Amino acid sequence: MEILSIIFIVAGLFFLIVAAIGVIRLPDVFSRSHAVSLTDSLGAFLMLVGIALHEGLGTNMLKILVVLALLYIINPVIAHATVRAALRSGLKPWEKENS
Amino acid sequence: MKIFLLYVLVLLAILLGVYLYRVLQGPTIFDRVLGLNGISTKAIILLIVMGVYFERVDMFVDISTGYALLNLVGALAVAKYLERKGVP
Repeated sequence: MEILSIIFIVAGLFFLIVAAIGVIRLPDVFSRSHAVSLTDSLGAFLMLVGIALHEGLGTNMLKILVVLALLYIINPVIAHATVRAALRSGLKPWEKENS
Repeated sequence: MKIFLLYVLVLLAILLGVYLYRVLQGPTIFDRVLGLNGISTKAIILLIVMGVYFERVDMFVDISTGYALLNLVGALAVAKYLERKGVP
């Protein structure tokens, strides 16, 4: 069980690092929102599942899974609201120059 | 396992610094809101890993739940305000 939780946590760290690189490198709000919402949610899922496996059955595992469900509601809602506000306030999506 | 968790904590703190760069640098204000959302996700994970490290998970999970709810209310308020008002 210990090995399994370590594998899950390392996979989650990989996705979190990919999300951080995306936040630095991508050119626009609309493309950065993918890095923040999608990749970040997957990394958080893998990492919290790994920690819950390390805790074992019990109240702590249930609480960690509740936090995970909360995170899966909160992250897409905030990304959607921010991107909709950006679009309605007149921001143009990024396009490649001289194509 | 404790040494591994310590390395995970250090790596998460470095990732917080990356998102902080986006918050300070971001060209528009929406970049800053998205960066704050990423920082709060990292902080939730950081609090739970810290709870496992100090063997007090039952206390730290409650703190992270409160942090997630505060983040939801704050970011939604900022987004709705900017949607009505337009880019400052």
